[in-house]
Amino acid sequence: MISIVWNRFRKNRLAIAGMAVISVIAMIAVLAPVIAPYDPAAIDVYNTLSSPTWGHPLGTDDLGRDVLSRMIWGSRVSLKVGFVAVGIAILIGIIIGSAAGFYGGKTDAILMRFVDIMLCFPTLFLILAVIAVLEQSISTIMIIIGLTSWMDVSRLVRAEILGLKERDFVLAAKAVGASDFRVIFRHILPNALSPVFVSATFGVAGAILIESGLSFLGLGVQPPDSSWGNILASGRENITVAWWMSLYPGLAILVTVLSYNLVGEGLRDALDPRLWRSEN
Amino acid sequence: MMIPLIFGITLVSFTVIHLAPGGPVEVETEMSLKASAQARENMKKLYGLDKPLHVQYTDWLGRFVKLDFGKSFVDGKKVIDKIAERIPITLKINLLSLVLIFCAAIPIGVLSATRQYSLFDRITTIFVFVGFSTPAFWLALICMFVFGVTLGWLPISGIQSIDTSGMNLSARIVDQTKHLILPVCISAFGGIAGLSRYSRSSMLEVIRQDYIRTARAKGLKELYVIRRHALRNALMPVVTILGLSVPGLIGGAVIFETIFSIPGMGQLFYQSTLSRDYPTIMGILVIGAVLTLIGNFLADLSYALIDPRIRISKE
Repeated sequence: MISIVWNRFRKNRLAIAGMAVISVIAMIAVLAPVIAPYDPAAIDVYNTLSSPTWGHPLGTDDLGRDVLSRMIWGSRVSLKVGFVAVGIAILIGIIIGSAAGFYGGKTDAILMRFVDIMLCFPTLFLILAVIAVLEQSISTIMIIIGLTSWMDVSRLVRAEILGLKERDFVLAAKAVGASDFRVIFRHILPNALSPVFVSATFGVAGAILIESGLSFLGLGVQPPDSSWGNILASGRENITVAWWMSLYPGLAILVTVLSYNLVGEGLRDALDPRLWRSEN
Repeated sequence: MMIPLIFGITLVSFTVIHLAPGGPVEVETEMSLKASAQARENMKKLYGLDKPLHVQYTDWLGRFVKLDFGKSFVDGKKVIDKIAERIPITLKINLLSLVLIFCAAIPIGVLSATRQYSLFDRITTIFVFVGFSTPAFWLALICMFVFGVTLGWLPISGIQSIDTSGMNLSARIVDQTKHLILPVCISAFGGIAGLSRYSRSSMLEVIRQDYIRTARAKGLKELYVIRRHALRNALMPVVTILGLSVPGLIGGAVIFETIFSIPGMGQLFYQSTLSRDYPTIMGILVIGAVLTLIGNFLADLSYALIDPRIRISKE
């Protein structure tokens, strides 16, 4: 199964390109302390708002900090936010979705109504409201994004489980006396995960966009820590004099998010059995 | 159906606000350390914070039914008045964006579906992926720089010029339109990308159906087949998605209105978040969710308009 999916995925050149970009960015994030040419928080008052030069390939910001170094460190934030937030979302989504799908009846009705309610809130409103209440830090942001984006996963998991729970292998597992927990996690879920993978990949893209938006509004990662969003925020204040502060971080977000979306699309096509047949 | 949802919305909003360690009073008074114990007590009484949680909730719910969200911490104005003042602007921009999304995305989707793998299809596919991945606030920034600062074609903030007194009606309309172009286009941008992709795949599915083959076989013109037989069926899932995009648009208002300094609900929400103005936050949170609910309801209604099966089954 995995080799079939990989073979199909491999043929999708855009998805492979996306994957390559993601790997490079992940490497940059991990190696940030080594490859960043300057200390991302080092202020240089004699060299503020310098346009791109050999010394500072992407210029400096209003405090003379090197934009390239700040962006390299910022990639860590994006990586972390993307994966932690989506991890939380998937965990909650799987628990709620499998409980609803497996037990059905009242449990299902109540949980799915809760999903409907959560979906009514414009995501940014909910996030901002929580930010207003709690202290602003990167961990708060990651947790809030996770807590407000699990609904799609839970619906996907529920739908998969509804389709699987009457199948013979599940009934067999129940017949030999496996506990509900074991039946769900050991027998059903492994067969229900492919749409979750796809949704997770798109989810990482979404989480990166939300984090950068929040940091842009000054509600996310706070300076002197750098994130692509907060470099853009100071870029906005200096847009008439320093276009490089606005252009490059935005491109970084665009390319990263695009890569995750391409991989997600490639995964979806590769995992969709309906498309396997039509091609052969 | 809608009542339990609204009830749930209030419950979630209430919970969110009471996550605060120490509650709203602590936060408000920590700004001014001089606040005496007596003042704190008074405030607690004022907001009913000395009562048990369920009593607070039912009290608040009782006032919510009368649309009384209390008074703003910042300027003491009634929250409902502050929101009512700003809602029309937000709704206007959102509606215009929705119309723009609908008018742009569906033709793009239909054209690229009927010409699958053509140059046009390839270009729009690229556009869709890039559009979907572009941070909207960055796009706004770039457009402000290009059209506002460099070219000087469009104003970059507010919804009208500061001094409109010397203008006659038509000049005022032109002025407002100019101010709206950037915010509306940019808030519609992501939606256009997403929805055109969606209508493309929906259309592709429909034109492979037997009834389309039948329509062609009986000699109808291609344009007629597409417009009359395919489009209606392809539109149905698109309308649902359009309904689902309402919360995104309303939430996005926070970012656009802040960037373009538009005095709408989103900007108010942003300002209230910064100043931790809980009554206002709670009011907007609930109203935003209810607006979404209404949006979904309208999408269901229009669904019934285009799908004869639903109309018949209801009669």
